[in-house]
Amino acid sequence: MGTRSKKEETAPRYLRKRRRVRESLIQTFLYFCAGVSILTTLALVIVLGEESWLFFGSHEVDLREFFTTTVWQPAIGRFGVWPLVNATMMTTTIAMLVALPLGLAVAIYLSEYASERARSVLKPTLEILAGIPTVVYGYFALTFMTPLLRAIFGDNVVEIYNTASAGMVMGILILPLVSSMSEDALSAVPRSLREASYAMGATKLETAVQVVVPAALSGIAAAFILAVSRAVGETMIVAIAAGAGPAFTFNPFKAAETMTGHIVRISGGDLSYDSIDYNSLFALGLLLFLITLTLNFISRLFVERFREVYE
Amino acid sequence: MNTPVKCRVYPLEGYLPEGESLQHQIALRHRKGKVWHWLFLTSTIIGIIVLTALLYNIIDQSFGLVVVQNQIDPETLAINGVPLENLTKEQLVSILEQYVSKGVMRRLESEIPFAVRDWENVYQLVQERVIRPEIVLTWRLTESILHRNEIAALVAEQYPKGKLQFRAWINPDFIRGHQSSVPALAGVRTAILGSLWVISITILVAFPLGLGAAIYLEEYAKDNVVTRFIQTNISNLGGVPSIIYGMLGLAVFVRALEPLTSGAIFGVGDPATANGRTVLSASLTLVLLVLPLLITNAREAIRAVPRSLREASYALGATRWETTWHHVLPYAMPGILTGTILAISRAIGETAPLVVVGASTFVSLDPASPFSKFTVLPVQIYQWTSRPQSQFRHVAAAAIIVLLLLLLSLNSFAVLLRNRYRRSV
Repeated sequence: MGTRSKKEETAPRYLRKRRRVRESLIQTFLYFCAGVSILTTLALVIVLGEESWLFFGSHEVDLREFFTTTVWQPAIGRFGVWPLVNATMMTTTIAMLVALPLGLAVAIYLSEYASERARSVLKPTLEILAGIPTVVYGYFALTFMTPLLRAIFGDNVVEIYNTASAGMVMGILILPLVSSMSEDALSAVPRSLREASYAMGATKLETAVQVVVPAALSGIAAAFILAVSRAVGETMIVAIAAGAGPAFTFNPFKAAETMTGHIVRISGGDLSYDSIDYNSLFALGLLLFLITLTLNFISRLFVERFREVYE
Repeated sequence: MNTPVKCRVYPLEGYLPEGESLQHQIALRHRKGKVWHWLFLTSTIIGIIVLTALLYNIIDQSFGLVVVQNQIDPETLAINGVPLENLTKEQLVSILEQYVSKGVMRRLESEIPFAVRDWENVYQLVQERVIRPEIVLTWRLTESILHRNEIAALVAEQYPKGKLQFRAWINPDFIRGHQSSVPALAGVRTAILGSLWVISITILVAFPLGLGAAIYLEEYAKDNVVTRFIQTNISNLGGVPSIIYGMLGLAVFVRALEPLTSGAIFGVGDPATANGRTVLSASLTLVLLVLPLLITNAREAIRAVPRSLREASYALGATRWETTWHHVLPYAMPGILTGTILAISRAIGETAPLVVVGASTFVSLDPASPFSKFTVLPVQIYQWTSRPQSQFRHVAAAAIIVLLLLLLSLNSFAVLLRNRYRRSV
């Protein structure tokens, strides 16, 4: 503090910047609040990393077996992650088969076709779907969708717990996410592009599909990828309706347990700390965390790209 | 532009349709447009149909005909003509002693001494252990209405002792009742109280933290590497699946901070259950879960405050905090509150993280402090849904109605609050 500027020294005392204790205390508190998010991330990485380290470090497990074998039976010390990952991929794929076409169609309808009045009714109604707790969707999958599927395809084809009904209901849950993000991207396309297309004699459909959708493509892609990430991390629907017990199957009408479903089922029971079961959950958690983080990252890259073009 | 424009190639290349073929083609294109218009509209309607199906399914399951059979007729239990509901607690206990084996009595006594139990509790015990009304068959609402006569005939034939009655699975007793392993007597009281406890503490902690972070990022932070890092970090946290937060809560709040979350350092925890799987652990887990959403919402509300408001305040000599507190926050408050309530309604419906953190499967006592064992509505719904007995499906449906009503009232409260604030600013 030795080198004060000349100006400050000659300024009258009452004009100098006073130090305010209260202000700086408050600022410190606010800084701490913002820092909590960083602490959370740190804690996440440490917890998941440490327990997974213990898991892979134990003599019962080796990394190669974890990623290459297809039997997950902690009771006999078999830890091959593929049955769980496969079930997750199945439910996610089925959910996407429902959510992507429907979501995109809804987005196109709301942004290109619907009148202002229809929009003001339809949009909030669809958003209710996003606000319903996922456990309710799980109930719906088990008590409505599964009986429906069994009535259509026959009781001996469709098991009581199956990935198809869980995936389809998950698709409905994710639909509002896809539609509202895609709609944002569609409405960000400048009006002039549409006018130009109409001026060339294109119909509404041709304008929407051949001009507006391609122009909004990176935003739509972002929505799709985020939807995949959401489906991978979704838990309660699969925990209730997809089945309990890892199974390596490609039949959507058979029961199979996803990564999230497995974590919830095992940790819901009596679990002793520092057991291999406990640690294995964190290894699954780490895998889940890395998958969703990557997907979210890619999704954000796409969003930034379409922002660049039109803003 | 001299790059060649790619166009749609029509059947006859280099030849534009005219006259009749042009008319034909235009009509074709418009027809195609109409068909797709309907397809887009149908997709939108499918969403609404599913929503309707979901609500219909829940209501369908929560009402309907049931056949009830009592093991012991309650009228035979009346003492000197006084019906069971009017007996004193002591008389009820003596009935229990008469019908229930000594071992069971001892177990009940050791759970909670009879001297401490209130009348309601003992009455419920008599219902559960002595009268044992058993629902033997259930129907859904639509079945009950459409096939009423067939059902009546079936019951008369197969359950001559049973009584066919219409049952609303959601009823005052269901809301007031404690948990029970008998579906017909199961209640949702501890779960509602648990949800309220967990959510209140979540709000108390998350609101100041989230608002503080939002104020910092919008009003104080300079645009530098650290700030951008915090922002990216928050949006990353927003995309982490909720179950991962549950694992974080399990490792940090339940295990590492057990002395704090079980209340042991304050000496107030229940030594019998003090294992960190408490209301407090659940709340703190949910705090971390909702913070990213809360911060993002609050930031948007603060960003919408016009710059001129701040400039005017600074011009009058106010400090940064005075400007924020007296001018920015009141203006942004409706938005902040709406955002907070949205975040909270997400927390109320969260199930997976709380199962991982360790919601208890059976809580017979109301939660009394942040250090109590806990269960919450969605976890209770999950447990009932995953039981094999079909009657628990009806109970779960009733609990879902309670949960949805809770969410609905919370959201309407948000709208009211916003309108009120908007008028006063």
